[in-house]
Amino acid sequence: MPPELSTKIELYRNMLLIRRFEERVYYLFLEGEIPGTLHQYQGQEAVAVGVCDVLRTDDWITSTHRPHGHALAKGVTPRAAMAELYGKETGCCRGRGGSMHLGDPDVGMLPAIAIVGGGNTVVTGLGLAFKLRRTDQVAVCFFGDGATNEGAFHEGLNFAAVQALPVVFLCENNGYGASTPWERVSLVPSVAARADAYGVPGSVVDGMDVLAVREAAAEAVANARAGRGPTLVECLTYRFVGHSRGDARGYRSRQEEDEWQGRDPIVRLRRQLLESGECGEDVLEQVGLDVDAVVEDAVEFARASSYPNPDEVLSEAYA
Amino acid sequence: MPEGAAGTRRLTVGEALREAVAEEMRRDESVFLIGEDIGIEGGFGGAFGVYLGLTEEFGHERIVDTPISEKAIAGAAVGAALMGLRPIADMQYSDFLFECMDELVNQAAKMRAMSGGRLRVPLVMRAPVGATTRGAQHSQSPESYFVHVPGLKVVCVSDAYHAKGLLKSAIRDDNPVLVFEHKLLYGSKGREQAGGLDLTAEVPEEGYLVPLGRAVVKREGVDVTVVATHISLYRCLGVADELSAERGLECEVIDPLTLLPLDTETIWSSLRKTGRLVIVHEDTLTGGWGAELAARAADKCLYHLEAPIKRVAARDVPMPYAPVLEQSVVPSAERIRAAILEVCG
Repeated sequence: MPPELSTKIELYRNMLLIRRFEERVYYLFLEGEIPGTLHQYQGQEAVAVGVCDVLRTDDWITSTHRPHGHALAKGVTPRAAMAELYGKETGCCRGRGGSMHLGDPDVGMLPAIAIVGGGNTVVTGLGLAFKLRRTDQVAVCFFGDGATNEGAFHEGLNFAAVQALPVVFLCENNGYGASTPWERVSLVPSVAARADAYGVPGSVVDGMDVLAVREAAAEAVANARAGRGPTLVECLTYRFVGHSRGDARGYRSRQEEDEWQGRDPIVRLRRQLLESGECGEDVLEQVGLDVDAVVEDAVEFARASSYPNPDEVLSEAYA
Repeated sequence: MPEGAAGTRRLTVGEALREAVAEEMRRDESVFLIGEDIGIEGGFGGAFGVYLGLTEEFGHERIVDTPISEKAIAGAAVGAALMGLRPIADMQYSDFLFECMDELVNQAAKMRAMSGGRLRVPLVMRAPVGATTRGAQHSQSPESYFVHVPGLKVVCVSDAYHAKGLLKSAIRDDNPVLVFEHKLLYGSKGREQAGGLDLTAEVPEEGYLVPLGRAVVKREGVDVTVVATHISLYRCLGVADELSAERGLECEVIDPLTLLPLDTETIWSSLRKTGRLVIVHEDTLTGGWGAELAARAADKCLYHLEAPIKRVAARDVPMPYAPVLEQSVVPSAERIRAAILEVCG
């Protein structure tokens, strides 16, 4: 079933929100307003948005060192996400987490796990809890191609498989683990092929097509919810930016980058909507204006918020 | 097994731990077990039999047998705890904890802080320690690695009464708690040849907890404070009795029970009385928890000290196999005695 127009516009809006948020964050970082480092999500928006669109608020996700897109797609407010990047008390983790640990229990997102593969075992515990409590919640673990060579990937996938846990393993294969091409670290061309080793379904999806991602995610989530166990979904995608701040991307050709830019998931959906006549340009322009206002509001909110009190942190290691 | 009237029955450490688990599983549906070889029919009930018989009562849903996947065990425990369950995870040997250091140190210990205090990780990880002629990879006492990690709690079990009360407290605690148990203290008969001790103790059936973070004075004395855990504690108590009989020298022996958070108040009040401190553990010397305790004692009690602080620990080598070699590495009664006499000399 193709989604309704309203859903498509929502997908467009959510992808554009991530794009504009990330672009704004990049300049705020360069201007010194945001400390630390950044791992940004431009180019991969279709994955987070397509997957989270089929999740309920009480479904949970685990994320990675590159969590801004996942957070916004799962429902962390732009204000709370931006304030967290600023290290403010009003941030989603009260300034204790930062860029690599965005999350919000109220919307079903653990603080992002910035250890590669770290979420791949933790997610099994979420699934185990849902199974033991006999809820129909689902947990989705986002991870990159790099994580699939961690032991945690294999232990987590196998354990989830034998326990038939309500978990989806969602690989965002953006072709590079930092600077290292996937082809250099795996003789198996496809991540999804590894599903065979664990007796679970595996599928490969065009990660630059939000509708395709959404469809694949819907099937995997439905299987998990129905007690049929985990699926390994591989989304082929690309990050339009460097791995982290200051990455000049010397390990990728400009031609390759241009080719992937030509498959921009936001441009693609926009073109589909316009060419099919489903909606007019004015509608999408308005979405853009709305998104810009939301991002600007988030920046103003973060700037105006207070820093956390250093006296409090000493008592926070323990419940 | 239990015998006699209620209140007078004696349990081994292993039996006491089993009873703690069973009581808490009956009391709270969110408590469950996860580990290798813990609930398989005809299996072991855990590497040291602590879970024997529990599957019959609680079933396979709450006793989750896993593949040999320590990262998955610890990661699943973290995830389930974050969702509000209370997993008791099982490591067959504490040496295997190094397989899941990421899950324990990066995930379990930090999730609460990273979330700005919005999440809790109420898990227990049980792990047997100690040298028992199994060689370098099944003999370690790695408590100190975890004492270094803010966000974790670290418990050392040394007798049946405290084992039950501490494990119950650990299960009810809202933080990740590692419970280290010495293999020679479980109470199985087969271990006597290897130096195992019969540590049966009177263990009440219900209604008591031993709080985390509180030490216990096992023997009162005025001449020297001896702080020790696990089997080293019993060697210290033995030496203390000898020195009392031989020389009238009275050791005050303290079992910290919890290493993190450490009950320094009990230790300082003893130290102000005795002015002398000997710390004994089967963990290796360098960077061991004894070093931390010594540093704190020097900071807080220096002007009460009448002698240098001594540490007696496993020597800084991988644990060798041959019994004669192993005994030369662990803190023996002879080394403990020499250290006490040195500070009291």
